[in-house]
Amino acid sequence: MAGLRGYRRPAEGTQPPHLHPPYRSSLKRAPREPLVRMEHTLSEVTGPVFGPEVVEACDLARGPRGEALGERIVVSGRVLDEDGRPARGTLVEVWQANSAGRYLHAVDQHDAPLDPNFTGCGQTLTDDDGRYRFVTIRPGAYPWRNHPNAWRPAHIHFSVFGPAFATRLVTQMYFPGDPLLAFDPIFNCTADETARVRLVSAFDWDTTTPEHSLGFRFDVVLAGREATPWER
Amino acid sequence: MGALGATPSQTVGPFFSCGLARRHTVELAPPGVSGERVTVEGRVLDGEGQGVPDALLELWQANAHGRYAHPEDTQDRPLEPAFRGFGRVPTDCDGRFRFTTIKPGPVPGPGGVTQAPHLVVSVFARGLQRRLVTRLYFPGDAHSGDYVLGLVVPERRPTLVARRGDAPGALVWDVILQGQGETVFFDC
Repeated sequence: MAGLRGYRRPAEGTQPPHLHPPYRSSLKRAPREPLVRMEHTLSEVTGPVFGPEVVEACDLARGPRGEALGERIVVSGRVLDEDGRPARGTLVEVWQANSAGRYLHAVDQHDAPLDPNFTGCGQTLTDDDGRYRFVTIRPGAYPWRNHPNAWRPAHIHFSVFGPAFATRLVTQMYFPGDPLLAFDPIFNCTADETARVRLVSAFDWDTTTPEHSLGFRFDVVLAGREATPWER
Repeated sequence: MGALGATPSQTVGPFFSCGLARRHTVELAPPGVSGERVTVEGRVLDGEGQGVPDALLELWQANAHGRYAHPEDTQDRPLEPAFRGFGRVPTDCDGRFRFTTIKPGPVPGPGGVTQAPHLVVSVFARGLQRRLVTRLYFPGDAHSGDYVLGLVVPERRPTLVARRGDAPGALVWDVILQGQGETVFFDC
């Protein structure tokens, strides 16, 4: 494997630290030992490839017995690397609360109604331009017990693979203008503001569908490739 | 730096199974895939030694011939179409996990030195804002020349090597997120 090219590391402050005390769950779970720096090997520049077996589930707004309750939205965008190259045919998985702020999950004890027509889970593969598109319901904010009167801003969880183990990313998409963003320890765990605001989707007329749904655009940018091999 | 900055990671939170369960894969190697069958059992533990009930491991490995099912692995070694090499394994209410797979073959490493057989592992959980990356090596192999193990101080290397369990093919490996015996995690 002559000339193995790794993936780039994030600039300082552009990814969250493991320990972020305002987010209480990190206190007992974040490692205390420093991470051991390693260059990427064949094991990290390869990664799982998902293909035609993926059953697309792009319309979350339509349930078994009818339409889900809430404000219909279209969430779309591209999965790219830092150099703007599309991640083609990569698996995108999403999950979210319903319009009342409740997840379809046994552990979610929030006293808000479930919607029999909304599971909040979707998956798709990006196309040749790295594009994906989901129709869903705008999720509600919900309380959590991180601190007194703590509320999570509305968000959609995204899981993206990209071309390699090294590019694996799980993140959350937020909505523009949400007043809760300023108070959310999870959103604010990334120190660099320029990086942090990449988590906020943009309202998008181009994908807003007349008489149907508002459009929000959210691009996911994965680590780019090193220009030169680190070893020969 | 590229023209676009990378998107920050965010925690999977407590409710990820709703979105990620569809791809749970705890039996990585269907019948017919070649290689030595192993069962790996263990727990994900927090800094107080409590099991982490809402963790998820993702595994990536080569097949028994040491070939990854990925276009960038161009070695002249056999691929096995039934073996993707990917696993996604949730913990239970006590933080326990279990998966079965085949032991991968050795794969090329830096400087032309072969890496010892291993799985690369991502750990996701509520409270982890970024995944943690670690490796699982196998007992009884020669580990002295391995590039990645060589980066780790000797006293912490055992956290990366599974122990033999009681049954044939049984391996035991815990992931200790924090504190005494903390698993080695990589900046990767």
